[in-house]
Amino acid sequence: MKFALKTTQLSKTYGNGVTALQGVDLAVPQGDFYALLGPNGAGKSTVISVLGSLVIKTSGRVEVFGVDIDNNFPQAKSFLGVVPQEFNFNIFETPLQIVRNQAGYYGIDRRTALARTEKYLTLLGLWKKRNDQAGQLSGGMKRRLMIARALVHEPRLLILDEPTAGVDIEIRRSMWDFLREINRSGTTIILTTHYLEEAEHLCRNIGIIDSGKLVENTSMRELLRQLHLETYVLDLERPLATIPVALDEAARLIDPTTLEIDIKKEEHLNDFYRLLSDNDIRVNSMRNKANRLEELFISRVGPSSVEGK
Amino acid sequence: MTPREQWIAYATIVLKEITRFMRIWQQTLVPPAISTLLYFVIFGNLIGKRIGQMDGFDYMDFLVPGLILMAVINASYQNVVGSFFGAKWGKSLEELLVSPTPNSVILLAYVTGGVARGLLVGLIVTGISLLFTDLNVFSIVMLTSVAILTAILFALAGFINAIFAKTFDDVTMVPTFVLLPLTYLGGVFYSIHLLGDFWQQLSKANPILYMVNAFRYGFLGISDVSLSISFAMIGSFIVCFFALSLYLLTHSKRLRA
Repeated sequence: MKFALKTTQLSKTYGNGVTALQGVDLAVPQGDFYALLGPNGAGKSTVISVLGSLVIKTSGRVEVFGVDIDNNFPQAKSFLGVVPQEFNFNIFETPLQIVRNQAGYYGIDRRTALARTEKYLTLLGLWKKRNDQAGQLSGGMKRRLMIARALVHEPRLLILDEPTAGVDIEIRRSMWDFLREINRSGTTIILTTHYLEEAEHLCRNIGIIDSGKLVENTSMRELLRQLHLETYVLDLERPLATIPVALDEAARLIDPTTLEIDIKKEEHLNDFYRLLSDNDIRVNSMRNKANRLEELFISRVGPSSVEGK
Repeated sequence: MTPREQWIAYATIVLKEITRFMRIWQQTLVPPAISTLLYFVIFGNLIGKRIGQMDGFDYMDFLVPGLILMAVINASYQNVVGSFFGAKWGKSLEELLVSPTPNSVILLAYVTGGVARGLLVGLIVTGISLLFTDLNVFSIVMLTSVAILTAILFALAGFINAIFAKTFDDVTMVPTFVLLPLTYLGGVFYSIHLLGDFWQQLSKANPILYMVNAFRYGFLGISDVSLSISFAMIGSFIVCFFALSLYLLTHSKRLRA
């Protein structure tokens, strides 16, 4: 299998003694849409910063499309497009200048740079704003501007660090479609996100980092298969005084018209519906209590890790 | 990157730098023009008439080269320190650092931007000086070479300052507490022959003295110091500052954690 990114025993200890990465072995196949998850401070952004040469690794090996960054970092960097978490463009420049200049930093001639700037600003709905000051753009537009900037040299590996943070749902969905399309066209994508629903929707493979260690590295399907229990919230038609004995073990009454039930992996929803019908409990609607991936995520990193960081 | 790609990256940064200082011309080009105009009016015209001659020339003629070079020094220094620190502070420098552009190209491009502003300000100040005196040029080669080399040197110095600076205060500290006193005591306003032996020797430890005198030689054909020492000193500083800048750009924890 060919890999877009491979890290071997990647470690980073900052000057202040904080160890951000402890021997991370990561392998992202070419063409993959990979989710890199973890609580705040787990080390996700450090991995990305090492790739972008903003953080110098303490030890370990990093290969981008087979190119070792210790041997030829400029070539490795030419394969990468990075969308960082924080806005990092000159707010006094225009989107046109920002994206066109970025192409120049990759050695792309001005004519091609202009054509690509138009292409990506148009695709991301920013062409009409091309001559506005970047600082004046909305949060969603700024995020899209950074994606356009990262794509202008048409990288083989696109790394997105929280690309939809603070973006409204409509724009987030359109960005998902856009990223899926980019991935379909052959670009490998690594995504870090706090929206686990986003990772579940978009990504085929997933890695979970906690306290600088990779605690999970598997396919999304395999990970979700490990889910043992799902909790559903039922909105009842009529108030319920007590939970019927047959449901007692699996159900909790949240309020008179809201019932929570736990369904184990080997159980079927039909059986529960039958039990509800037998007890004359009518259900208006039903929803998952939490995102399925969220449950797994917390089980891997622990609730204290999620809350404490 | 191929040499052509490196050239494109270089040209992109230079163009961006020139666009930046031209966009804010009220802050970058007008202030040195006004302050130099005041120097000419007060020191050259009003006080200068009472001073009479300096090293055999009218005081105004003696003063002009130093003031032009002082403007070049400040402009080239401030362009690089302001732009590079601003990019570092606002994090837009990351655009460059994540790209494959070699550090040497980044450094050369920023220095070129500083030199461009330094020389443009030098030309503006030269134009203003023509309102007060007829400029005689003794050696155009000497003038241009000293102006360019001095601009390179102080652009590099600004670059080093920008890498070390953590706050905007750090950016203004060096020009105020180091650059300004060295410039004022570097023979811009007087010939060191007016000083006693001790102060003359002390003045010779000031590198700006050599630049000002070499530049003045280009206009008037006179210098308080040896021209070969002047060039050797400017060249040595450029080599040292370039090596230090490149090292810091590659290894400094202020840029890469």
